[in-house]
Amino acid sequence: MNPRTLPYLLLLPATFFLVAFFLYPFFLVAWQAFATDEGVLTSKYFVKMYKHWKFDKALTNTFLLVLAVVPVQLALSLLMATMVSKMQKGRDMILYIWTIPLGISDLAAGLIWLAIFEQTGFLNSFLFNIGAIDSQITFLGYQNKTVIFLAVMIAEVWRATAIMLVILVAGIGLIPKEYYEAAEVFGASRWKQFTRVTLPLLKPSLQTALILRVILAFEVFAVVVALGGTNLPILMGEIYKWQFELQDSHVAAAYALVILAISIAFTLFFMWLLRTPREAQL
Amino acid sequence: MNMAVGSQGGFQPGKSLRRAWFILITVVLCLWVLLPIYLLFSNAFSTSSGVSAFPKGIVPPFSTESVGFFFRYSGVGKAFWSSIQVAVLTMIMSILIGAPAGYSLSRFDFRGKNLFRILILMTRAFPLPLLALPMAVMFIRVGLDDTILGLALVHTTLALPFAVLITYSLFSGIPIELEEAAWTLGCNRIQAFRKVIFPLVLPGITASAIFAFVISWNEVFAAAVLTIEHRTLPAFILQSLGVAPLHLKFAGGAVLVLPALIFIFLVRKYLFAMWGIANR
Repeated sequence: MNPRTLPYLLLLPATFFLVAFFLYPFFLVAWQAFATDEGVLTSKYFVKMYKHWKFDKALTNTFLLVLAVVPVQLALSLLMATMVSKMQKGRDMILYIWTIPLGISDLAAGLIWLAIFEQTGFLNSFLFNIGAIDSQITFLGYQNKTVIFLAVMIAEVWRATAIMLVILVAGIGLIPKEYYEAAEVFGASRWKQFTRVTLPLLKPSLQTALILRVILAFEVFAVVVALGGTNLPILMGEIYKWQFELQDSHVAAAYALVILAISIAFTLFFMWLLRTPREAQL
Repeated sequence: MNMAVGSQGGFQPGKSLRRAWFILITVVLCLWVLLPIYLLFSNAFSTSSGVSAFPKGIVPPFSTESVGFFFRYSGVGKAFWSSIQVAVLTMIMSILIGAPAGYSLSRFDFRGKNLFRILILMTRAFPLPLLALPMAVMFIRVGLDDTILGLALVHTTLALPFAVLITYSLFSGIPIELEEAAWTLGCNRIQAFRKVIFPLVLPGITASAIFAFVISWNEVFAAAVLTIEHRTLPAFILQSLGVAPLHLKFAGGAVLVLPALIFIFLVRKYLFAMWGIANR
């Protein structure tokens, strides 16, 4: 085998696969959103999407969820990651427990928190048993949109903090110990060490974690369906509805482009916000 | 992995208080993760009347009624089987396609290498489940609509970047000198790979395959969009949310969670190779 062509040969299947099943479909979805079945360019699907009464609600709810969830996850995962880095005994076990939600799907996470929030659920039972309430509260009813929102928020924080935790723990592991020793010598407090050593050196990991997490947060879907049914409209839920119940894949594609645009915008934003010198990158 | 550790001196009064706080927060965070899972399982392994009883104690009556009923529920067995088929196919395809790419990235310097890396990184910046929408149209055209293979292809797109990244880091962890030694001893490239490298990376490859399995096993949106007859378990449960009684939902949730728990335990050593790579 020729050593000059071998690397390309090995990359060929993966490249072909990604072009055929990743790049090409994104052109297709854009085409679907802008062109009719006959191939005529049109903006009517975007108009239809925009004029539908649930569009505003879905967009607002999704944004609010991301704004409510991601900062909490960032703080929590930073706390957990710094704690893990200080552990000696039991580190592996704690880390395993904390990363368990990584393997749990959003649907399953929704069902887990449904067991807690539903009418005969554990939260109601707990409140009743300690005497805080006299009868069951319908937490997840359609008249309680704020509570549904809170339940989804809690379920999302519970499920998806682990992804950020793993990235940040790996990132902290790459920071040379000497930096902390030097900071200690100069009498820096723990907090100072965190803000002056850990945070700046963690920038590339923070960037990866935030980009990944924010994009996934805009795709929130099954948690919301499990906890709120259709009471809390969100973007992915609308896509599913247009594709399935309303059988209009063009409007679904228009929605998809909205999510895509938001994702790209946030990716670029975090790339700019947390930019690092070239040598620190992949 | 080498961890940054603050200096740990002898006993000082302020230190033990801080230590108590540290342990307390650790325990609370463990409970925060574990308690909800326990509650789901205690609901799933209970009776239908136990699930709708009020108020509930922390230990409801144990029974396999719900789980048994769930598996006899019309369509569940089939969905379970579909899920396994799709996940196994995803696992096989993502490793067969991803591992050669990972090897190539770790062993060679060549023009276009960065382009491929950008392609891999791009998959992270795109909401991949949306791929299901154009694929639904494309699959009808080529006759792959509502098939196990069609869904597995989309799931492979989700799993492939991870397979590439983890195999890349695995191969990078094996010194090229080992391979070179095998070459000088008369092995050709393929023999050297099979006899020297392959046994060393096998555990890691297995972990990456398991991870691909979990990605496919958990995926809801694309599965729900792309399949009707061949619904996977998550898609089936999603569809039944509106009609199924509570205890069935919880049994379904437990069946979804259990394999994931085991798999994450098996691959825990390799979790960092999957994400940490972006920092290097």
